Amino acid sequence: MSALAFRRLRWLIPLSALPVIALLAYGFRVNPRDIPSPLIDRPAPGFTLPRLDTGEPLSLADLEGRVVVVNFWASWCYPACYEEAPVLEAGWRRWRERGVTFVGINMQDTDERAREFVQRFSFTFPNLADRDGRTVIDYGVYGVPETFFIDREGRVARKIVGAVNAEALEETLRALTRS
Amino acid sequence: MISTLGTVTLTTALVIAIYAAVASVLGARTGRPALVASAENGVLTVFGLVALAVALMEWALVGGDYSIAFVANNSSRATPLIYKITGLWGALEGSILLWLFVLGLFAVGVVLTYRRDPRPTMRALLPYATAVLMAVVSFFLLVTVVPANPFAPFPGGVVPPDGRGLNPLLQNPGMAGHPPMLYLGFTGFTVPFAFAMAALVTGRLDRDWIVATRKWTVAAWWCLTAGILLGGWWAYHVLGWGGIWAWDPVENASFLPWLTGTAFLHSVMIQERRGMLKVWNIVLIILTFALTLFGTFLTRSGILASVHAFTTSDIGYYFLAAVAVTLVGALWLVAARGDRLRSEATLDSMVSRESVFLMNNVFLVGSCFSVFLGTVFPLIAEALRGVKISVGAPFFNSVNVPIAVGLVVLMGIGPLIAWRRASLAQLRRHFLWPAVAGVATAAVLFALGVRGGWALAAFASSVFVAVVVGAEFVRVARARAVSTGEPFVKALAEIARRNRRRYGGLVVHLGIVFIVIGITASFGFQRSREVALARGEAVEFEGYRIEYTGLVHEQEPHRLVIGARLDVSRDGRSLGTYVPAKNFYEGRQEPTTTVAVRERPSHDLYLILGDVAPDGSHVTIRMLLNPLVMWIWIGGVVLTLGTVLAVFPDRKPAHAVAPAALGQLGAVARGRPE
Repeated sequence: MSALAFRRLRWLIPLSALPVIALLAYGFRVNPRDIPSPLIDRPAPGFTLPRLDTGEPLSLADLEGRVVVVNFWASWCYPACYEEAPVLEAGWRRWRERGVTFVGINMQDTDERAREFVQRFSFTFPNLADRDGRTVIDYGVYGVPETFFIDREGRVARKIVGAVNAEALEETLRALTRS
Repeated sequence: MISTLGTVTLTTALVIAIYAAVASVLGARTGRPALVASAENGVLTVFGLVALAVALMEWALVGGDYSIAFVANNSSRATPLIYKITGLWGALEGSILLWLFVLGLFAVGVVLTYRRDPRPTMRALLPYATAVLMAVVSFFLLVTVVPANPFAPFPGGVVPPDGRGLNPLLQNPGMAGHPPMLYLGFTGFTVPFAFAMAALVTGRLDRDWIVATRKWTVAAWWCLTAGILLGGWWAYHVLGWGGIWAWDPVENASFLPWLTGTAFLHSVMIQERRGMLKVWNIVLIILTFALTLFGTFLTRSGILASVHAFTTSDIGYYFLAAVAVTLVGALWLVAARGDRLRSEATLDSMVSRESVFLMNNVFLVGSCFSVFLGTVFPLIAEALRGVKISVGAPFFNSVNVPIAVGLVVLMGIGPLIAWRRASLAQLRRHFLWPAVAGVATAAVLFALGVRGGWALAAFASSVFVAVVVGAEFVRVARARAVSTGEPFVKALAEIARRNRRRYGGLVVHLGIVFIVIGITASFGFQRSREVALARGEAVEFEGYRIEYTGLVHEQEPHRLVIGARLDVSRDGRSLGTYVPAKNFYEGRQEPTTTVAVRERPSHDLYLILGDVAPDGSHVTIRMLLNPLVMWIWIGGVVLTLGTVLAVFPDRKPAHAVAPAALGQLGAVARGRPE
């Protein structure tokens, strides 16, 4: 390459970094943990678990015909569970009259810490304790928080890994309550 | 209280760091030494403030100020004191603080070392190097002040009665040392980067910036190497899967700058000596520095799935911006200075030390490229084709094993082959017998039943290097002993003392050879078996007899430990009781594993506790026989000794060797070999 050509083209050198940076920036748009769940469009695994507040059992079967949002959480899951907790409570208050039930399932935790968490965020939807981890395994949960949306026919319609944000919650529930 | 104080301290440091960066450049541009001096004092002040922030955080961690979210999440009353202290680097925010502390330390070191330096080049370079260092410090301070404030209060303004405690996996001596060493390594490369940028800005692109930063680079390289090895040590002793490396994105993130840093370490010697490869060296250090930022980006942005369950946060955006600014800005400077980066010499022969260094660079950078590609390939696949894939160990191994073998061979040739042009006679003298020894090793191992082409090649090339290095020490020491009448050992010590850099380098090569041997043997020849044992039952495994004699329960303040007592014997001789265990930490998801390892130079017996029947009547045990693993750690110690030897100041330059000895010193006499 002649010296003159180099002089003219050398400004392209810094630009060579751009494709790599663009690729990395693209990484923010995708979620590597957003692995399609094998449960999607399959009947949701049933569960019967004691409520954290009263100890009375609650079954998924009792909620037949309603859209159910099942959220797996733990008190030690900071910050994601702390971020989504107010979103869930607000979502429950907006949607409870429109055929949607929220169910929290506390996992890998102690009752005491779990109740503290429920009080901190003034949860009014039912929260259950899965102490032997059976339901956690049935749903293939491998981290907290994970949230499953179950349609009126009792099939898993969507799964969200990580903290749920208000937009995704609204959008999913709008789609599931339509028709 | 501490929370506010800490935030104010960091914010103040940020303001002063920005001032120091700007004042340093302005002072140099306008020729006002007072301004430059004020910037240098700014560096010291910033470091003082960062040290204060670290002290405040440690105070909070040890004292248990759970009103700070970071403390509540990484410390608890029951956490042992040592792990309260190391809780500083137990999570993102504190890690950045530690990073800043280390970076500040380096910046202070640079300023104190060179600010009274009378050489005009150093006087010209230092203000710009200081400015770059302070710009990097400012970036990290910005991160601590905005998206990752370690002093942020617990959400909701609540003060929890107790903290969660440090992640149990991190409650281990290896993890106490691994992150700080990595950070020392990562940040250490900021120093040569800063000087490279200063050289570009001032146009003083000859060998001075390289000579000035040589020891900083070696020190940074050693820290990074030690950090990676400690990480492997930790994985081996704590994670309990019996290996040290899994090509996880986060591991790769630390390996990438190591590869380019190692290439840089070698290729600068060509510039130092022959004035060649100027652009290449600058680009290498830019890449190395950018890769240290990329590593943090990768670890913390959550863009790639990793087994390392780090919390992710917004700082990904900050680090991506930093990588972008570094690459585009630095390469722009390279482009602007392109005409001053001409080579002063050309390659004379393909059989010369220059060409060996070039090949070393091609291999290292090729390896770096392949690891980078494999690491980000899931992103590329998703961007272009929308499919989810993961790249596993087979890809990385199949590319990097041959490269590693090639590098090992070069490690033997490089230090002894002549500069410019090597003659056949020299080659024969230095390399014939080591090559024979290498081939003979492979033949003997093959006869003993060892199979696997690359493994045999790795062993053969390792022996080749070990013999080359050993023979070189013997040859020069004997030559000196003959000419001076000193005893052999004293002559050996004198030789090493008189050219620390060269012989330190050779010792480092020897350490790397041990590591290569250990990795090859333990990766390629591991045996494993899993058994269920009833109490009182025994199993034979690779010559060992392992008997399960019962469960051990131990309630420690911060965890419950359940272990299986295993009596190990060999040929009827008892070797003691080993207790692999599981540790249950309150409020934590998974139990952690404590493996029981019997470590010997020939092999490790590695015992992992699997399932346990609640009444202790049965346990499952996974048994691994890992050959030669200990040589990886021994190699780490050897290369540490080599580095110490290399970075200590030479008291006398090498050419002060008595002229009479020169003729007999062979390679050493040809100028000042590296």
